Amino acid sequence: MNEKAREILVAVAGQPNSGKSTIFNLLTGARQHVANYPGVTVEKKIGSFRSNGDKVVVVDLPGTYSLTSYTQEERIARDFLLLERPEVVVDIVDASNLERNLYLTFQLIEMGLPLVLDLNMVDVAKRRGFEINTEELSRQLGIPVAPTVGNKSRGKDELRQTIHSTYKNKQNFTPIRLNYGETLESVLKSLEEELSQDPRLMEHYSSRWLAVRLMENDSEVQRLVRQQSQRGEDILSKVEQEREYFIGEHKKAPEKLIAQQRYQAAGKIVENCVKRVKVIPTTLTDRIDKVVCNRFFGPVILATTIYGMYQLAIVHGYKLTEYTWPLLAAFRNFVASMLPSEGFVYDPILRAMPLGVIDGVIAVLNYVPIFVILFALIAILEDTGYMARMAFILDRVFRYFGLHGHSVLPLILGGVCVGGCAIPGVMACRGIKDEKARMATILIVPLMNCMAKIPLYVLLIGMFFARQKALMMFFISTITIIIALAVAKILNLTVLRKKESAPFILEMPAYHLPTFSGVMHRCIERVWLFVKKIISVVIIVAAIVYVLISYPGLNKERSAYYEIQSSQAIQTFHEKIGDNNSYTKLVAGAQLMEFTTYWDEYKKAKMGAKTKQTKEAIDQKFYNKKPEFFKIVKRGKYELEGKKIVDKDAARVEKAYKKLSKTRKKFRRERREETITLSYLGKTGHFLEPVTKFAGFNWRVNIALLSSFAAKESSVATLGSIYQSSPEDKEVRLEERIKEKEPGWTPLHALGIILFMAMYPPCIPTLLMVKLETASLKWMFFATLYPIVLGFIMVVLIFTGGNLLGLSGLQAMVAFYILAIAVTTVMAFIKRKPELA
Amino acid sequence: MTLDEVKPGQECSVVDVHAEGALGQRMLDMGFVPEVRIKVIRNAPLVDPIEIFMKGYFLSLRHAETKAVEVVLL
Repeated sequence: MNEKAREILVAVAGQPNSGKSTIFNLLTGARQHVANYPGVTVEKKIGSFRSNGDKVVVVDLPGTYSLTSYTQEERIARDFLLLERPEVVVDIVDASNLERNLYLTFQLIEMGLPLVLDLNMVDVAKRRGFEINTEELSRQLGIPVAPTVGNKSRGKDELRQTIHSTYKNKQNFTPIRLNYGETLESVLKSLEEELSQDPRLMEHYSSRWLAVRLMENDSEVQRLVRQQSQRGEDILSKVEQEREYFIGEHKKAPEKLIAQQRYQAAGKIVENCVKRVKVIPTTLTDRIDKVVCNRFFGPVILATTIYGMYQLAIVHGYKLTEYTWPLLAAFRNFVASMLPSEGFVYDPILRAMPLGVIDGVIAVLNYVPIFVILFALIAILEDTGYMARMAFILDRVFRYFGLHGHSVLPLILGGVCVGGCAIPGVMACRGIKDEKARMATILIVPLMNCMAKIPLYVLLIGMFFARQKALMMFFISTITIIIALAVAKILNLTVLRKKESAPFILEMPAYHLPTFSGVMHRCIERVWLFVKKIISVVIIVAAIVYVLISYPGLNKERSAYYEIQSSQAIQTFHEKIGDNNSYTKLVAGAQLMEFTTYWDEYKKAKMGAKTKQTKEAIDQKFYNKKPEFFKIVKRGKYELEGKKIVDKDAARVEKAYKKLSKTRKKFRRERREETITLSYLGKTGHFLEPVTKFAGFNWRVNIALLSSFAAKESSVATLGSIYQSSPEDKEVRLEERIKEKEPGWTPLHALGIILFMAMYPPCIPTLLMVKLETASLKWMFFATLYPIVLGFIMVVLIFTGGNLLGLSGLQAMVAFYILAIAVTTVMAFIKRKPELA
Repeated sequence: MTLDEVKPGQECSVVDVHAEGALGQRMLDMGFVPEVRIKVIRNAPLVDPIEIFMKGYFLSLRHAETKAVEVVLL
């Protein structure tokens, strides 16, 4: 009889830079998914593999140097081990850095779980001249050891086998017991005895581990004992006494001695198991760092790297979207063809609303190629080890503002220079270990100039600052980071005051060549996470926005007015063609709408075509579709069986229809403008005018800014539909149309709008990322509201202040710029409270 | 003397870490225990932080943190 297949829970632990995620991928392959640990933003990767007929479920714990309760990652790793009680724990150890890695191994052993030591990167250790006796190591630690080379996929099967056999033999698991020295051991012994009398505690925890942690003054364990043990208070006061006695006697805290003993034991084991066969004076990493961290070359290389990333991802990625956009557009057209067809002056809701939603979705999906490149580049930066050097070089600058050396990358991605995207920016904040700095960075990334803000800048600068274009672009692309730094410091001193701040102790890992599969893995994982999280929410929001800008809609009279107007136009059209035209029947009644669609599609297709060949192909396609309609759109001039034909009837229909088409477009636009103005959003725009006038915003601007909330890239489009063309219906450029309707506008008005856009709240997908990365709705709302308040205050300052002082737009900008620099400089010098002591 | 006073290129040995709580524990975990040898490698381009070498690996720390490490020059 077969044994029933079991599910074996295995946790993968290890220090940072030990190649933990590589081993995790190696063990589980593609069978994995990402979740979050409950209530926090730390990623929890879960995968599985089959071994000897059993299903082994593997959970990747956060990489930690230790298992104290001081950092979130350590608490998570520890809680998982304590509460989920995995059957086997795999400790990934960097073979070339054995001593420090064993420090964690000892702590894992103390927790009393069956442990497998994965001696990773043995090839690197060998190259550095270390020869490791794995059998001796296994004997000394009392745990199985499996050597691997993660990035070359070596040792996978052995590791899997070792995990399974450790599980089978877990009853016989007898690891070493670290000796903390006589004085401490006698205290630990009596504590252990006391603790082991409490059955509730012993259900989950090892008495040895509890005793050691209590002597280390671990606040979480103190809390745990207090809550779970009936004699908690007694135990804790005993610990307190013992600690005080120890400190009095040895003039140092027990945790110091404990750490020292762990390191000593690790040192001894390394001495016994590792032979140094050759001494390598300088490694490649040393030599690279001599240049990369050099006082002069360091910043130059850093700037080049950042510029290169920006070029590759934002500039070239943007070009890539030119190839992917047609695919998205084709999808849209496909959906459009399934929906009810267009109406003459307005579209049925079953068409308009789904299309509005799809437009919202594809607008976001359009950025996916950029994300793919960006995430791949970030993965490369992380895997090579250059990320740590970036932080090393830049930390000094950012620390003044309560940020971290690692804040630079998110800010760049968000668009410090013009054109970025806040979504990957916020996602990149994961790398920041200091919680306070991480939160501050997440909150200021959306203030950067994302790509969607640019069109509005360009439009308004072109209109009002035509002669100082370059200067204004420079102002805008630099003012945002200046303001953001000051904001970061203010947040740091106020709302983020109580957040955890971590000391800056950063390992500078040896440089590694990243592997293709490793990079792709991470890249796809992150893009998928983005797509999965975003799509559903964007659909909902786009639907809501549609309702807000379309309802309550026109009243009966106005609706009727458009109905009458359009049927009159159609009437005129038919009269012009006359009854004896051979095409009359073809464009009569419902067929007129069919022709309208055909006409629009043909014009659209022709507009995109550049070469003669593509034009001919389009002609052929449309001819095949409906030859009779084709004759009309060709103005009656077409070839048939090699003969050139001039068809006067068709020409007549074409001429009449052209007129009708223009009238139709005009009505559609007018009706749409009226609908927006009367919509909930439009009413809000009017409602806000008494307040926003101090910022120079009238209700039209309010509507455009409000509707930008769904997607900033639509700000120009919304302005376009609010500022309609004049009735003569010449194709007037938007700039002209705005000038016509807003004769009172000065550069100050434009400057106000530009700056408000610069401070505009994050788009919905970014807000979702903020929610994901902060694990709190509260912070998401904060990230939405504070930029509005900040932006509004700034614009009122500029507009009202500028008007009072009689400044020109440029003067106001310069004055504001200087003011911003002054504020930021003052912020830099406000000392943080000495929270690290 | 403290670790922030050690110049790049110089080597020293840890005497004690004068820090409590999170920072103190973190330094212990990273290996700042008595008698450990530390070599100061370099300053960052803007002087702070510094990079050190100990126990076979490289670490970077801010001056604020290195002030807590009491050392003797070797």
